[in-house]
Amino acid sequence: MVKPKQPNLSVKIGNLDLKNPVMVASGTFGYAQEFEDFIDLRKLGAIVTKTITVKARQGNLPPRTCETPAGMLNSIGLENPGIDRFIREKLPFLKKLGIPVIVSIAAEETPDEFAILVKRLDRIPEVSAIELNISCPNLQKNKLISQDAADTLELVSAARKLTEKCLITKLSPNVASITEIALAAQSAGADALALVNTLGGMSIDVHKRIPKLGNWVGGLSGPAIRPVAVKMVWEAYNKIQIPIIGMGGIMDTESALEFFIAGAAAVSVGTANFINPQTSLEIIAGLQQYMLEHNMQNLSQLTGRLKACQD
Amino acid sequence: MNPAQIKAKIISNQRLSGNYWHLEFESGRIAKHAVAGQFVNIRVTAGPAPLLRRPISIHGAQAGKVKIIYEIIGEGTRVLSGKEPGEFLDVIGPLGNGFIYPRPAESKGAKNILIAGGMGVAPLVFLAEKLKKTKPLVLIGARTKKEILCTREFKALGCALKLATDDGSLGFKGRVTDLFKIILEQSKPAQVFSCGPHLMLKAVAEMVNEYKINAQLSLEEHMACGLGACLGCAVKTKAGYKTVCKDGPVFSGEELIW
Repeated sequence: MVKPKQPNLSVKIGNLDLKNPVMVASGTFGYAQEFEDFIDLRKLGAIVTKTITVKARQGNLPPRTCETPAGMLNSIGLENPGIDRFIREKLPFLKKLGIPVIVSIAAEETPDEFAILVKRLDRIPEVSAIELNISCPNLQKNKLISQDAADTLELVSAARKLTEKCLITKLSPNVASITEIALAAQSAGADALALVNTLGGMSIDVHKRIPKLGNWVGGLSGPAIRPVAVKMVWEAYNKIQIPIIGMGGIMDTESALEFFIAGAAAVSVGTANFINPQTSLEIIAGLQQYMLEHNMQNLSQLTGRLKACQD
Repeated sequence: MNPAQIKAKIISNQRLSGNYWHLEFESGRIAKHAVAGQFVNIRVTAGPAPLLRRPISIHGAQAGKVKIIYEIIGEGTRVLSGKEPGEFLDVIGPLGNGFIYPRPAESKGAKNILIAGGMGVAPLVFLAEKLKKTKPLVLIGARTKKEILCTREFKALGCALKLATDDGSLGFKGRVTDLFKIILEQSKPAQVFSCGPHLMLKAVAEMVNEYKINAQLSLEEHMACGLGACLGCAVKTKAGYKTVCKDGPVFSGEELIW
């Protein structure tokens, strides 16, 4: 008997090499140190930080989270220490881990803030990639950048001119056509897309007749949104060439596999980190096992390999 | 002590009275290192609903065993009440910053007062064990007699006990904070420790701040991660928002903004 060859889990996202395709989603993993007691962080494919803005943000009025059927709403409001304190206080720990660090960034008022942030991060060698969060639903904006193809094109193009680093654009599911926005980000020069951010939602305390969130509305995450996210990954995969990082309610290997088969080159574990900090490592092991059982040597044999019918 | 995620064997899970339950599980690690006021975050089901862990105060910890008490208020606690001895619970803990225990000498003859509202008794029994040499005075308030819990435990620890019920069915008729006010006007306590509903804690904070008494208040808030990562359980303090799960759940009376 020849021992079966261990499948190769590595994947390339733009110019970024990942040893495995499982990362942790922005906003669900803090700055990684919060999880060091629970998992071996060095085993992750990459870490995406909580979103950073130019200035510190105190975040939204509590209550900021509430549980919903098979999901949760949040309206944290991008509470973060600002880019200066992030670089000073949070980045040193991340640098030591020796795994790719993807820094998520957002603008509070004007798109110029993205330029400031990209320029600052571009100079730091240990920052492996930058994720443009143009889809946070908790900034009290009437319209998100990623809800408009022209705005997305303009913003991603501007960022692209400022850095050679791998540039990931994170899109909102709250759109009529995800492919339209995905195509705009691709033509602007994004190296990859992160699909999807949270779905807009609201929950009401009927006894008090008040919204359950201090911000009234928030973003829905968890298994409840998974079918929506899988569909959007599949739709985008059929229209674009750049890699997709799939996310939305991934709780285990099986749910991660749905995203790969729909077209994701990599996946991000989000809300599941709150419930079981081991989730991402369990998925890495489960993915390896699945590929072994299905005779797959590398991820290209899995990504987008959805069959047309049940034959 | 750093927290850990463990599979803990349930020793017992029984109804105390009404909707109140008492659960004991094995964990040498948590039992050895837990501080009163810290909590454990329990995953009640492997499935997707209810999704989040349930943060519950540590009620007692010794000899390799950890005790919690909980009230069935929703799906999560209902599922928890169905767990049988011998089953394993997915527990993360001990989490958060607990009470800072005063040394007996700090009291200078004045009493430490523990004020509990409803389920707020849970961590205060654990605290009373740690403070038993100082013979604290314990005030417990609830809506009715039926919701007054743990009186036997406090008595067994040698604590003086005063009760208050909204309907007067047991002890002082009125709020536990009204009872506290009467005591406060008679003599100044060394330090106050309190856990209970938001409005009760707010009333306690106003009084201790007016009388310039040190107080440690244990807050409750909905949590997603329990680890200080999601920043969902923020409370307003004089130094900006802090997390109940990691900066708290115990805060000093003067730092909170209500």
